Amino acid sequence: MIDFYIVRDIVSWALMITGGIAIVSGAIGLVRFPDFFSRIHAAGVTDTGGAELIIIGMMLQATGYPGGWLLVAKLAFIGAFLFLTSPVATHAIAHAAWMTGFKPMQGKDLRYDGDGK
Amino acid sequence: MILALVRAFAGPSLYDRVLAGNSFGTKTVLLIGLMGFITGRPDFLDIALLYALINFTATLAILRFFSYRTPKGAPAEPTGGKGA
Repeated sequence: MIDFYIVRDIVSWALMITGGIAIVSGAIGLVRFPDFFSRIHAAGVTDTGGAELIIIGMMLQATGYPGGWLLVAKLAFIGAFLFLTSPVATHAIAHAAWMTGFKPMQGKDLRYDGDGK
Repeated sequence: MILALVRAFAGPSLYDRVLAGNSFGTKTVLLIGLMGFITGRPDFLDIALLYALINFTATLAILRFFSYRTPKGAPAEPTGGKGA
């Protein structure tokens, strides 16, 4: 019989390492992408993928603590809140940027459509 | 987090800075939670939850505050508006 705690640790560390990779790649994309709207995509990778994976990994770790189900509930609150509000915040930023005149880059050579350069 | 701070300081426009600030706040929530687990004091999750709430509210408040200004580093002309 496989020990439950070892399986839990392996799954939780795998989830947290995957989330860390998502966060680091999102941060690299946030610096290196050429356009504002593509930077929104990179930040969305960080906000949803990385945060949710790390929080699920922490929920698996929290079941080993004394009084751990309260921690699981708190982590579930944090995860649900991030899952609901970070797309709202990102959409609000994108909407505000669009309404003030930002245009996304278009075409194969990634130029702004407005200035015709 | 450091790369997000780089974008926040070097971002060419206002919205890049707001986006980097929001992403930095999310990373801070995760860092607070992980620090609580590493140091063996998981009570930090309350602080992380509060930080998540404040982060979302602050992002919307900043956007509402700046929503009537023209951006400084806008790469394209404003939509509509023939005179611009």
